[in-house]
Amino acid sequence: MVSVTRMVLDVLKPHQPNALDFSQAIAEVDSDYYVHLTVLEVDESTETVEIVLEAKNIDFDAVQLAISDMGGSVHSIDEVEVHNDSDIR
Amino acid sequence: MIKLLEQAKFLLHITSSHHIVRRYFVVNGFDGALTMLGLIIGFLLSSSTDLSVIVNACLGAAIALGMSGVSSAYVSESAERQHELGKLEEAMISDLQSSAHGQAARSVPLLIALVNGLSPLIISLLIISPLLISHAGLSLPVSPLYSAIFIALILVFLLGVFLGRIAGVSWLRSGIQTLLIAMITIVLIYLFTG
Repeated sequence: MVSVTRMVLDVLKPHQPNALDFSQAIAEVDSDYYVHLTVLEVDESTETVEIVLEAKNIDFDAVQLAISDMGGSVHSIDEVEVHNDSDIR
Repeated sequence: MIKLLEQAKFLLHITSSHHIVRRYFVVNGFDGALTMLGLIIGFLLSSSTDLSVIVNACLGAAIALGMSGVSSAYVSESAERQHELGKLEEAMISDLQSSAHGQAARSVPLLIALVNGLSPLIISLLIISPLLISHAGLSLPVSPLYSAIFIALILVFLLGVFLGRIAGVSWLRSGIQTLLIAMITIVLIYLFTG
């Protein structure tokens, strides 16, 4: 099975919810999600953030939905780490 | 219910509307209290009026204050929220109708309208409660009109205390200030209607 274990996303979000609420909402997608958020740029009503996501198997659609629910939008996927579990055998 | 309250708190948080709700609660609550106080003092100064007339007049005013609060706040807040959402959508270059911001633009005006309408209605009903009790046939140790004035003054004082606590200043001073406003209102009514 191919699993996505790490992703770096470039996201544009409104000021509210703030970085803490925003990353918490993403971490709530699944129990083992690790979220690291860095604010890169702050504009009048938006901010560009870099989100580093780590988990055993990232569900990107669910993450994207959590981001859009908070009013944000994924601009680009800057880094991805994918593992193929069948390689281990 | 708890989830609904948490959701409401979250929507108020992302739209930074806490202070608006608080302001509407105090402003319209104060409106309700002073309107009832004015009506009751007016009836007190008039030649003896039937209690049912007083109750109906006060109830009518309380309902009108509630309806006015709900409708005016909903119309103005709805327009304001849609404007804010439009500005945010422009900045985000995306449709935010299905996001928390879109939901807030629809729900927050309703919430604010409810607070704006219920605040004067509940405060007015509390003030006229002695009149309602007396009208229902139960006897009170003090005249219902004087009891209503006493409750109105207590509620005005409590609104002042609430404001004082928000501002972080002396709650007693703030309470006395609002009480003073109520006293001036009473004096003005006496001067102009007596």
